[in-house]
Amino acid sequence: MTRGRRWRVVVLAIAAVYFLLPLLAAAEFSLRSPGGGYGLANWLAIVSDPVLLAALGTSLQIAVVTAVVVLALVVPTAVWVRLQLPGLAGVLESATILPIVIPPVVMAAGIAFVQANLGGPVFPALFASSTTALTPFYVILALPFAYRAVDNGLAAIPLRTLVEAARNLGAGLPTALLRVVLPVIRSAVLGAAFLTLALVLGEIVIARILLYTDTFPVAIVEVGRSRAGVAVALSLASLLITWVLLLAVSLAGGRRSPADRASS
Amino acid sequence: MTDLLDAPAADTDPAPPRAAGRGRALLGLVPFVGYLLVFLGGPLYFVVSGALSDPDGRPTVANVVAALTEPQYHAAFAGSLTVSAVTALVGAVFGTFLAQAVLTSRPGSPLRRVVSTASGVLAYFGGVPLAFAFVAALGQTGLATLWLRAAGLDLYAAGFRIDSLTGLGLTYVYFQVPLMVILVTPTLEGLQPQWREAAENLGASAWAYWRHVALPVLAPAVVGATLVLFGNAFAAYATALALTSGSIPLVPTAIASALSGNVLAGRQNVGLALGMTMVVVIAAVMVAYLLLQRRAARWAVR
Repeated sequence: MTRGRRWRVVVLAIAAVYFLLPLLAAAEFSLRSPGGGYGLANWLAIVSDPVLLAALGTSLQIAVVTAVVVLALVVPTAVWVRLQLPGLAGVLESATILPIVIPPVVMAAGIAFVQANLGGPVFPALFASSTTALTPFYVILALPFAYRAVDNGLAAIPLRTLVEAARNLGAGLPTALLRVVLPVIRSAVLGAAFLTLALVLGEIVIARILLYTDTFPVAIVEVGRSRAGVAVALSLASLLITWVLLLAVSLAGGRRSPADRASS
Repeated sequence: MTDLLDAPAADTDPAPPRAAGRGRALLGLVPFVGYLLVFLGGPLYFVVSGALSDPDGRPTVANVVAALTEPQYHAAFAGSLTVSAVTALVGAVFGTFLAQAVLTSRPGSPLRRVVSTASGVLAYFGGVPLAFAFVAALGQTGLATLWLRAAGLDLYAAGFRIDSLTGLGLTYVYFQVPLMVILVTPTLEGLQPQWREAAENLGASAWAYWRHVALPVLAPAVVGATLVLFGNAFAAYATALALTSGSIPLVPTAIASALSGNVLAGRQNVGLALGMTMVVVIAAVMVAYLLLQRRAARWAVR
């Protein structure tokens, strides 16, 4: 047992150093003042920079629309597959891997080709702003993670019983989905939504290749070329905010599950 | 978030699937599949068709030949394959140990929640914030660089640069390990305590248990997860884009410069051909992963 404990301590210690050091370094770096010494100049620059704030607004807008579309696609499909097409679960799981097979840079290359070469009424409207151009493709990037999160959430509940009970009480399938299934898997849904948020706040490849410069991650990189401290402060802030959100979801879900396990 | 890490619970559904019309049931998949076809299939179609035609639209394989034979693309593939393979192996080995270390901690301990949520953020967030955190740590004036210099180890005098393949590899491990933790945790949870007890009753040492029982059961899942890490690093570009201005030879860098360069006619099509090659490599890796996963599922408790 003591030998078992020793390797654990070593592994956890290495992990702590490797994973915490860059965060600590980022915190230290972000607090450096341009003239030497420490100060809050970089953090104050975030809130006073109109370009950054506008970019954050744009990206949050993209993130919210993306999350809504992702959940609207994923939740009904995952429920439907579990209820009606359990034989296809494996196929669907493979399909959700597809966006990983086609990396963002390749997707961007294909989209850039359309952007450069195709006209008509649809495409110019689609590519008119970063919101309309990027959102449909960020949905694709978020699908694999969201599908897995939601499907795992569904696996942990007696889905068929819940849906049939709701329908016996007179609810239609949409009502059963919205008012019974969705609340039960809320922690999985929130997890999927926050992963989508994290993804949108970190995605730079498609935006850069399609030459949209007004999203948050692109703005961070632009700021980083001249003011590294500000970019580091922003990076740290966005990492920590996402982490805190996910931790909150996990704790909210965790409070529920021991009771669930005890009763089942 | 825990849902990504928790192994799916046993199926508690009492009734067998209703015998609804299969055709009607399939209709329910139309929105999802349709969306994938338009917004994923669409770009892929233009990549493939552009890769296989010249700028005037006539069919040719010259772009693919150029993508596979020109020396600068050889360097790009070598760089991408090396950094992907090395970080996948390091991430897989360390990630498995970390996942097991976390799993053997007290159930419901704060360590588990912190590691599982942090894995979610770091595995998928990667990209830009990560690059800047590493610049802050290991850049010219980074904290770790300064500490190591004070301790007598001058990284930059030894030739290290954060915007090199080595620097990039160090950064990639930061998202490879968490991804491995996410992928391998359900399999480690699936190791039944009874197997260990049975082995011990038969006189097996801890080593013999791992060598003859646990590792053979884990192997397909661990190898499969390693393949996913490889594909993950091979596809990644955000970190490199933020860390450097295109100085590291990588396939995505080559694609981006072929697309934006416009110096020579037909470069765009070569960029698309490079993209197609990338998809082929990752697709091969993912097919191997799916096959291994099917094998791994034999041991899943149903």
